[in-house]
Amino acid sequence: MSGTIKLRKGLDITLQGEAEKVKTTAESSLFAIKPPDFHGLVPKMTVKVGDKVKIGTVIFFDKYQEEIKFVSPVAGEISDVFRGEKRRILEVRIKADGTDASEEFGASNPDSMDGKGVKKALLENGLWPFIKMRPIDVIARPTDKPKAIFVSAFDSSPLAPDYDYILHGEHDAFQAGLTAIAKLTDGKVHLTKRANVSHDAAITDAKGVQTHTISGKHPAGNVGTQIHHIDPINKGEIVWTVNALDVATIGRTLLAGKFDPTRTVALTGSEVKKTSYVKTRIGATIKPMVDGQIASDNVRYISGNVLTGEKIDADGYVGFYDHQVTVIPEGDEPAFQLSGGGWLGPGTKKFSINRSYFSWLTPNKKRVLNTNLNGEVRAFVVTGELEKVFPFDIYPMQLIKSCMYEDIDLMENLGIYEVAPEDFALCEFVCTSKVNIQDKIREGLDLIHKECM
Amino acid sequence: MKSLEKFMRKLEPTHESKWAKFHPVWDALYTFAFTPGETTKKGSHIRDGIDLKRTMFMVIVALIPCLIFGIINTGHWHYYALGETGKFDFTHMMGAKALYGAIKVLPIVIVSYGVGLGVEFIFCIKNQHAIQEGFLVSGMLIPLIVPADIPLWMVAVATVFAVVLGKEVFGGTGMNIVNIALTARAFLFFGYPTMMSGDKIWMSGVSEMEVLPEGISGATQLGQLATFNGPAEDWAYQGGLSAFESAWPLWESFVGIIPGSIGETSVIAILIGAGLLLYTGIGSWKIMVSFVLGGLAVGYLTQLGSVTPYMDLDPINHLVIGGFMFGAVFMITDPVTAAQTSTGKYIYGFLGGALSITIRVFNGAYPEGVMMAILFMNVMAPMIDHYVIQANVKRRLKRLKTA
Repeated sequence: MSGTIKLRKGLDITLQGEAEKVKTTAESSLFAIKPPDFHGLVPKMTVKVGDKVKIGTVIFFDKYQEEIKFVSPVAGEISDVFRGEKRRILEVRIKADGTDASEEFGASNPDSMDGKGVKKALLENGLWPFIKMRPIDVIARPTDKPKAIFVSAFDSSPLAPDYDYILHGEHDAFQAGLTAIAKLTDGKVHLTKRANVSHDAAITDAKGVQTHTISGKHPAGNVGTQIHHIDPINKGEIVWTVNALDVATIGRTLLAGKFDPTRTVALTGSEVKKTSYVKTRIGATIKPMVDGQIASDNVRYISGNVLTGEKIDADGYVGFYDHQVTVIPEGDEPAFQLSGGGWLGPGTKKFSINRSYFSWLTPNKKRVLNTNLNGEVRAFVVTGELEKVFPFDIYPMQLIKSCMYEDIDLMENLGIYEVAPEDFALCEFVCTSKVNIQDKIREGLDLIHKECM
Repeated sequence: MKSLEKFMRKLEPTHESKWAKFHPVWDALYTFAFTPGETTKKGSHIRDGIDLKRTMFMVIVALIPCLIFGIINTGHWHYYALGETGKFDFTHMMGAKALYGAIKVLPIVIVSYGVGLGVEFIFCIKNQHAIQEGFLVSGMLIPLIVPADIPLWMVAVATVFAVVLGKEVFGGTGMNIVNIALTARAFLFFGYPTMMSGDKIWMSGVSEMEVLPEGISGATQLGQLATFNGPAEDWAYQGGLSAFESAWPLWESFVGIIPGSIGETSVIAILIGAGLLLYTGIGSWKIMVSFVLGGLAVGYLTQLGSVTPYMDLDPINHLVIGGFMFGAVFMITDPVTAAQTSTGKYIYGFLGGALSITIRVFNGAYPEGVMMAILFMNVMAPMIDHYVIQANVKRRLKRLKTA
């Protein structure tokens, strides 16, 4: 046990529309697994349109690492393989047939399995994609030997789902999942809890892991922040990360001997009439969740949180890694300057880390923020603002610039191996010059992936 | 406001029209009036309310107290030179002073903005990029750091020089190496030294007088102090430093009732602006504080090793005379030309302040060292950042070795 890690930098964006602690269900009949959720993946299909699949049937695999397989979350029929530009597969859509037929592989207890057995079980049954690697922030390579595995026990992003609430009653599954992933590394499994919060028993009772506590604002819950402060990644090292909720999915699946696609999704955002935790499945369409629940016409649906999520349609699908759906107003109306939305106005409704708008008078108010860019894209002018929300011993602006001009040596020196795009989400939020920082970091990581890994 | 929005949309030049090249100009006017309905695409779906326009606007607001005080102060020294008002009798004939000052100062502001924005527009049309907001602040800074009697054509020439060679050749706002406003001032200082230094230009109207009224000197405090470096018979005050200090009490210097460039004199007005910049979080307190500390440090050091009366000057006095505080709050803090790392900012500010006072005290040719010091530090800022970042890189490599 080590002392509490205290973060002084960071930012909590207080938004309206936190999920109420009510469990609801939404029956979907349409599901999709979206290859773009897995960055850099080239999928190779094993099924065609019209094929019957069961829960756990392999639908595609990674063209370059064939052992990584992706499975169907539902029993039914492949209804469409939706392609985009250059025939890239964007969605593999599956129509449920109402049966819950599963591929069975036999229940097993992770306690009695060895590393090889766990790895095989995860790879064969579509669980491997839950494991991601740092650097690069893509699906882990099965051939690597990670120095440690990190699990964050909470999510600190705006309107984030409460892991304690979701994991309540998943005691055994969570423990089984932790035990299983612990067999994949010679190092430790680090589980990081939030300071001054009484976590659910499922988390506090976890065994076989190294626990840490961290205090501070977002991004305290980001696993990247935790890695940096617990056991930072140096060049040549690899760590793996798994979302705590996905650890439970791994545990459930191994204990049951069949793929368990259930997932609780937090329906959040200022435009949702009645927020709740919705019990559904991986890849479900959000249509039944949001039908009749949306307070206004012009809204944006986000799979994930407002800082890192993907924009989806009203009948889109929840992303593979997302445990949250956020609905916020679109901001595509031009605003006259002297009115509330403009740059000369008082700006009482705007949120800013600076105090140039009068919204600083009400710092704790829960706000409704829309998707307006609030300005135009410019060259970097203001300095020191990114550092305020970036709790790393890394110079964010310099690293972003090195990604922009593709200087690999400089990127390595400045710490590109330690970061993922999501670590820069707050930087992107506060940037006065409205640069798409997460994109720039991703491009930098792609270059590193191609040249150095 | 919907109708105005529609009207402006109608005026938007299309790609085919012969006005297509002028789209950046339309864009500048449109975005000046409206925040566009542009939305985030991916990544962070919500964004902080601030943008570059708001940032620049706050700096301009912060400069307004300096401008207002500068206008009245210009009138004050004019009527003092004419012998119609007492030396520190600031409130006497306030209306006439403000009127005279406004007639002198406002044209400079208009010329600076008109010429500067004109050059920006030409470059944006030529390069087809959006007009960026950087000059909104530079255009206000330039009038505040020149003497009131400067001919308008010089302001125009200096502004063109600063915008083209100081900024546009490097790629526009955010890319410049040295501060734009100080580039303009340096251009004037070296190009037209008789209009930027000496004893005749700091009180408006003095340069046209054949003989000054009895007992009145047109020199600034800095000019007078610089004489202390010379032989005793050339001293501005035969009584030495104490005579200087009784001629210019600290409080009057603090309020700003001293001759000098238009906007630089009043520490009170500058502190109001500084308060706004720091409270809103737009200005960097790290640079401001370390700049002042750097100045004080050299001030005390010169006192310790004093060999001339000038070196005896109270360091506090150094802060309130000349453009030291104006430089500390509005000039050296320019984020584009300053050091960009936190640690670098302390070093950068401290050296800037230290160098300012050093040049003042030891270099008789430049009575005011702030401009030179800041320009020099602008050039040095990337090097400071380089070493700060290298330290970070070394820390990371060391971690690898010990692990």
